[in-house]
Order: sequence, then structure tokens, then C-alpha cells
Amino acid sequence: MIEEQKLIEIIPSELVAKVRDMFVEQYRLVQIGCTKLPDRIEINYSFDKNYQFINYRLILANDKVEVPSVSSVYWNALFYENEIHDLFGLNIVGIVLDFKGTFYETKEKYAFATCPPPIEPVIKTTPVVNIKEKGKPQ
Amino acid sequence: MTYLAKSPWIIHYDATSCNGCDIEVLACLTPMYDVERFGIINTGNPKHADIFLITGSVNEQNVKVVENIYNQMPNPKVVVAIGICATSGGIFRECYNVLGGVDKVIPVDVYVPGCAVRPEAIIDGVVKAIGVLEEKHTQMKKGAAKS
Amino acid sequence: MSNRTIIPFGPQHPVLPEPIHLDLVMEDELVVEAIPRIGWVHRGLEKLVEKKDFLEMTYVAERICGICSFIHGLTYCHGIEQIMNIEVPIRAHFLRTLWSELSRIHSHLLWLGLVADAFGFESLFMHSWRIREKVLDIIEATTGGRVIFGSAKVGGTRRDIDNEMLKRIIAQVTEIEKEMKEISQTFLNDYSVQQRLKGVGILSKADANMLGAVGPMLRASGINQDMRKLNYAAYGHIDWEPVMAQDGDCFARVEVRVGELFQATDMIRQVIEKMPEGPVDVKVTGSPNGEFFARTEQPRGEVIYYLKGNGSKNLERMRVRTPTFANIPAITKILPGIQLADVPMMLLTIDPCISCTER
Repeated sequence: MIEEQKLIEIIPSELVAKVRDMFVEQYRLVQIGCTKLPDRIEINYSFDKNYQFINYRLILANDKVEVPSVSSVYWNALFYENEIHDLFGLNIVGIVLDFKGTFYETKEKYAFATCPPPIEPVIKTTPVVNIKEKGKPQ
Repeated sequence: MTYLAKSPWIIHYDATSCNGCDIEVLACLTPMYDVERFGIINTGNPKHADIFLITGSVNEQNVKVVENIYNQMPNPKVVVAIGICATSGGIFRECYNVLGGVDKVIPVDVYVPGCAVRPEAIIDGVVKAIGVLEEKHTQMKKGAAKS
Repeated sequence: MSNRTIIPFGPQHPVLPEPIHLDLVMEDELVVEAIPRIGWVHRGLEKLVEKKDFLEMTYVAERICGICSFIHGLTYCHGIEQIMNIEVPIRAHFLRTLWSELSRIHSHLLWLGLVADAFGFESLFMHSWRIREKVLDIIEATTGGRVIFGSAKVGGTRRDIDNEMLKRIIAQVTEIEKEMKEISQTFLNDYSVQQRLKGVGILSKADANMLGAVGPMLRASGINQDMRKLNYAAYGHIDWEPVMAQDGDCFARVEVRVGELFQATDMIRQVIEKMPEGPVDVKVTGSPNGEFFARTEQPRGEVIYYLKGNGSKNLERMRVRTPTFANIPAITKILPGIQLADVPMMLLTIDPCISCTER
């Protein structure tokens, strides 16, 4: 019952050409979503045509890398790109309608730009209680 | 001035709510609960309203809108915080973009907790608000008589 | 050329239960351009994954939106179950389908009421909401909640429905169906309704696809796509076909949603007839490690949850793209050319759910 989900990794320079191919093939742009990980940033471009689900994954080393906009191909991408700019602080160049950071006006700017450090596995130890110290007045 | 208690008009604003409480506010106006039979009318114009029903935990962008509506309402006015988000922030209290409660922005007179609030509770809250409205009105009259 | 004026629309507006803002560039009565602005309902709940563990997040997912609440919970659970390879009991799948379709009826009746209110047919609004209360009664009897069900759970459902209650649901649904037939007659055949809706705001088939429209918007423009065909929950066990319309105007969107009301009652009947016996949940151990794009069909269209876990209790990322977000580009493209008086109604035909959109 699980649908097939194709995942193809790409680099920024080939992004627009790949997306244009999807446009020509008449795929629907399902979503663009960004994920901040401790060591990299991933942007997923999801497409669908007759329930065929294809993802292009752009991997960025850090948030300084310029990302070309695909809004000149898929007009609706501008909403996703403005969202990514406002929440992650990524530098997306050439959006056809650039809100310049006013799409979401959040209290905390680029709230998603940080991510929690990788969680160490919790080692359960029984706390050692020093009986002598316990009786001491603080 | 007893006519005030008989037909208080309400204005409703969604200040960063999830919709759950908003549709329950609307449900109060429809045939099942039908508060309009008591003369309570939902208006879109703040200057017509006596009671301000507000839902949601209020985010930064909403502060101005909420204050604007509140300031435009004529005195006496009553604010009812509908739902746990409006009361204290609820499940979204820890989110980075919410203030966590309407009372951080404007004074609240009646709190109606619940997630989502039931229409019965909303009606109870509005009835309570009518009492507060009446009281505020008497105080206003007293103040006017003194000066 | 006449002068251009910019009319701000929203965030607080009588027809909008929720805040959204449009800058409408007008030339006399005609809209030339529409620029949307959002952010009044942005809470930032996707960031909560860092504070709440993956089981607690179910409750947050259910509260993304109060109208499609259950399907949000379902989609989240579906995603986690796929990552963790959890085999959900078949009865739970059927119960999920039942509740999904009940919420679809309640959502569509709510929308039909609101759109009737937007074109000034007050009594139709009242009737739609009166019937909706009967659906809410079933929901309340089976889950305890009216709008937020709290029934979704990773690994199954939190509650079971006994067989006597299931029989009663069939009787109630039959009664609701009869009443829905009455109002749908008015929606589909009434002269004044057609005057307002026919030929207004046409979204062509090609545009619908290229602007990424979803759900009834897409199907009203003649594209056969319904995420329930991915056969999540029990949709693979029942017979159904997506409801379609060809014209792409406001009336076609009403047609699709009215059609889906009766499709949903039919599905509920099938689900109850085929309901298997057995447990409704399984024990969940461990933490999600992996990623999945969960896609389901909400009343407003396709919702997509991107979930990524790294083996710890907290997910690394939860990203939700809701149907209204996908439909906003389409509405901004079809607003130009229509009259100002039609704007509120046009905006409503996408069935906007702003709290979903901004999360």
C-alpha cells in the first residue's frame, strides 16, 4: 500500500534545468520544503503526475549558498520560496515577486535557521546519594 | 438603561487561532444554538459591538489588529477570551511566534477555557459578559453624574 | 485609462472567519491585480518538534486546524507508521476512514454554508449549518469531541465504536442524506445561485495543474486527482471514484463539493458494512528513524507531511504543506478581471483555511 517515493539528489547549478524538465513533462509542483540539519541544509522539491511522486533534493553546505529561484518556471514556487527565505534566512535569488522578508513577520527572525544539537543517547544511571552530605545543613 | 442587556452585539476576531473555536462561535449563531433569539447579533463593525469575542493565542502581527478593534469599540465594552489558547496559549504556548494569551495585549473580562470550546460554554461566557457590561455601564453613569 | 486604486481587504473582514490580507489593485470596479499577505495565524508549530516527542506531536497535528483536525492527525500518524514500519490493525484503518468521511461532510457543509452567506443567501447558510450539527452529533457520540476529535494515535485509533453504534450511525447518515438532498437541490438548481456562481472565476485545466491547485479546485477544473486513490487507511477496500466537474468556475467547485457529500455518505455505509472485527491499536516501541512524505486528501485537498526522524524521541523536522497554501497561487491568478463585489465569494470558493496555511 505504500506509494513509491523517488528521491534524486541534485546540485544548485542544475536545479532550474531539472525543474524546467518537470514543467515540460506537465508535473504539478506539490511543495518546496526546507530542512535544517546540524551539518547541512536540504531543500526538497516535490512533483506529482498521476500519483507518481518525485522529489529533487538540493543539498547546501550552509545558509550562505545562493539558491536560484524556480519561480520563473513554476509561478506558484514564489510562495514557497518567500516562506523559506523568511523562516530559514536562505538567500534565494530571482524570485518573481520578492516579498523581501515581509511574507511572514515573525517575532524571531529566521526562527528555523537554528536547529538543536544532535541529541546524545541518554544513559540511565542510578543517582548516587551521599547520605552524609544529605544530613548537612545547606 | 436596561435595554443594553437585551441585545448585546458581538464582534469576533480570530487572533492566531486554529479555527476550532471560531467555528464553534459561528455555530452559536446557527439554528441549533441560535443566540440571535436573545438579540445577540454578530457584527463585522467594531463600532457596532459591545462584546468582543476573541480566539487564539495572538502573534506579533496580530497585536495591532486586536488593539485597533478594541480601541474602536465604544464604551462600555467587554472582552471575552474564547478557548484555552486565548486564555493562556494552550498547546501553542511554547511556540516561538505567539504571545500566549489575549490578556498580554488587551484587558480581558471573561475567560472561557476549552479545546475546542463548546458552544454551551461560549453562550455561558457571553451571558457572564452581559453582567459585566451592565456593571460597567452603571459605573460609567455614576462617573458621569459626579462630574 | 482610469486611475488605479489599491483597496486593502482584511485581515478583519465580515465574511472572513479568519485573517488574511489582500491588496487589491482596482481599476474602477475591476480587480487588476491581487497580492496576498499572510502571517496573522503563524504560530510556528513545526518548531515544536524540538520540545515535544513524536507521540505528543499527534495532538499538535490535530490542532493545526479545527476543521480538518482528524485528517491532520491521521496524516501525521500515517507518516510515522510508515517510517517505523508499524502494521496498523485493519479495524483501525476502517475507523479512520469513517471519521475522515464524517469530517469531510462536516467541512463541506460548513463551507457550503459560508459560501451561501457570502452570496447573500442567509437561509441556505442556516440550513447547511443545521444539518452539520447532526454530523457533529455523531462525531461527539463516537469521539467525545465536536471539532477536535483526539482519536488519532500512532499505531491505530484511541477509541473503538461498538457495532450497535455503527448501526445507529447508518440510520443517522441516511437521515442526514435526505436533508442534504434538499439543500443540494437549491445549490445546484436555484436561479439566483447560478447567477452568482456560473462563469465566475474560471480556472482552466492547464492553469490548475501548473499553479499547483489541489482538491476540489483541481477536480472542478477537470483533472482527476484525489489522494485517497493512494489507498491509505481503508480507501483501497471500498468502491469509489473521484467526483469531477469540467467548467472550472465557482459553480463547478460547488458541484464537486456537493457531489463529495453524497460520496462520503456512500463511503460511510460501505465502511460500516465491511468493518472487520479485531483490535484497534498496536503497541509502539522505539523511535522513528528515517523520512517519509505522507500525503492524504483533506476536504480542501491534498495535504503533505514531511517527517524526518533520527532515532531520537524528537523528530528532526516536520513540515506541513496544507491545501490552502497550494490554492493561494490559483486564487491570486483568477482574481484579476472580476468585480470587487465578487471578491469575498471568490476567495471563499477555495475554501480558505488560514490556520492550516500558516501553521
